[in-house]
Amino acid sequence: MGKTQYYIPVGPIHPALKEPIRVEVEVEGEKIVKVDVKRGFAHRGIEYMGMKRNAIQSLYLAERICGICSISHPYAFVLGSEKALGIEAPPRAQYIRPIIAELERIHSHILWLGVIAHEMGFDSLLFWTWKGREKVLDLLELLTGNRINYSVFMIGGVRRDIKESQIKAIKDTIDFYRTFTEEMKNVFLSDPIYKARSRGVAQLSKEMALKLNVCGPVARAAGLRMDIRQDNPYDAYADIGVKAIVPQDIVGEAKGDAYDITLVRLYEIEQSLDIIEFCVENMPEGKIMAIPNYVVLLSRIKKKAGESIGMHEAPRGEVVHYLKYDGTRDGPAVWKVVAPSYNNINTWGSLLLGAEVADIPIVVAYIDPCLCCNDRIAVVKNRDGRVIDYSLIHKKAIEKTMRVKRELGVRE
Amino acid sequence: MGKLYNFKRSLWVFHASGGSCNGCDIEIIAALTPRYDAERFGIKLVGSPRHADVLLVTGAIPRDFADKLRRIYEQMPDPKAVVVVGNCGTTGGVFYDSYNLVGPIDEIIPVDVYVPGCPPRPEAIIDGVVKAWLKIEKLEKQLEGKE
Repeated sequence: MGKTQYYIPVGPIHPALKEPIRVEVEVEGEKIVKVDVKRGFAHRGIEYMGMKRNAIQSLYLAERICGICSISHPYAFVLGSEKALGIEAPPRAQYIRPIIAELERIHSHILWLGVIAHEMGFDSLLFWTWKGREKVLDLLELLTGNRINYSVFMIGGVRRDIKESQIKAIKDTIDFYRTFTEEMKNVFLSDPIYKARSRGVAQLSKEMALKLNVCGPVARAAGLRMDIRQDNPYDAYADIGVKAIVPQDIVGEAKGDAYDITLVRLYEIEQSLDIIEFCVENMPEGKIMAIPNYVVLLSRIKKKAGESIGMHEAPRGEVVHYLKYDGTRDGPAVWKVVAPSYNNINTWGSLLLGAEVADIPIVVAYIDPCLCCNDRIAVVKNRDGRVIDYSLIHKKAIEKTMRVKRELGVRE
Repeated sequence: MGKLYNFKRSLWVFHASGGSCNGCDIEIIAALTPRYDAERFGIKLVGSPRHADVLLVTGAIPRDFADKLRRIYEQMPDPKAVVVVGNCGTTGGVFYDSYNLVGPIDEIIPVDVYVPGCPPRPEAIIDGVVKAWLKIEKLEKQLEGKE
């Protein structure tokens, strides 16, 4: 008997992956028998840098956690900061924020639809969906001044107003996407090849989804009714009454596979269009910033202490930011980010086990992984290859402080 | 743009993403899709550095990733050119004081073209690749002269 098990390393740089991550699988014939995921290649230490800068600078840093969710992270950041500092955004700003956030959801979902088509080897579909995606980027550029990284949110409001002339452009874009989504539904949901490649692939049962703590469209595709906009509404979402989109409402039952998640994402684009339409029609008049002067805002932040959690439903799931202001400096004293991909990557291990090699790209891509979002920690190993844990780092930090104090001759 | 005489084939591009935030990465893909359509010039993304002419690097480079980037650069055949896309690869950008990033990319591998912006527009990325093309053109001429 010869060798039957083979080891395939994928990544950190690999044509199927757009970002650095390493997936190590062992295969027997076509079947995968062992999986290991190694992450942490994109760790930049953003939280640490944010805790040294002031709150407005940290907001721009939050935007650059992820270039695709470049509204979701600032949204969670400003919600958390406003709650901690006791600032409330004016009503008009609370209606402008969901418009930008939902436009981002549309562009992110269309991006995913193209990527999943590409992973199935359906490149013409990738080009067609991405051609349609340019329209929403044009609108975002008109409203915010940039295609990606919009810098439009601020603690206590938004930085740019939506003018009367821009509302016509928003309405035109909504009309365009109503027909484009219908066309996409036709292509994705009734195409026999797409159905054959996605039905039953990456199937996640309801129990499994609960056990693995998944969130966002992955959880909704498995039939769980969870959506922060529904469970814990904020800003204008409280007036709209968003309902989580689950496959059992659309086709009767939730299977939780790659086909169902396509269904959920396509219907969420329509939901986003409804939300934008509602916000545009019911937008109140008034100010867009609670404290328009940044110097005043920073001095207010410096005097206030408090802690809070800001949550937002990003296109990929829930983004949670924990913020603590201690009243001594003008930035966050503690900042912790939890991104949706961190939960969703847990599905890879159990879904890849027993799958075929050809399904790897679909299983990897179906959660829409965002690695720059989730690499929030660096694991440090000592020379023997042992992982250094938190208590040892803490002990070393105390030792170093004592040593520095001795060297400098600090007397207490 | 000068005339291209020596480089008589399509330009193949390999994309390596370091600690990028994905912003530049999706703009690179957008540059290939129908609105901007870089493929009509013969510019194509390929899956391996071993048959690529131009290396596109996005993002600041984490400590873990520096030796991998160096290996990718060494695997590419001559003549080759490196294009850095985005602010954080060019200077460090907003991440200038991070503990896990190893400086701008030109401290790790030689860089020919910088495309600043956060993220740069697809037109700017195509312009950067064309600049790299002109550089490869020159290198190819030198190689021919040697033979």
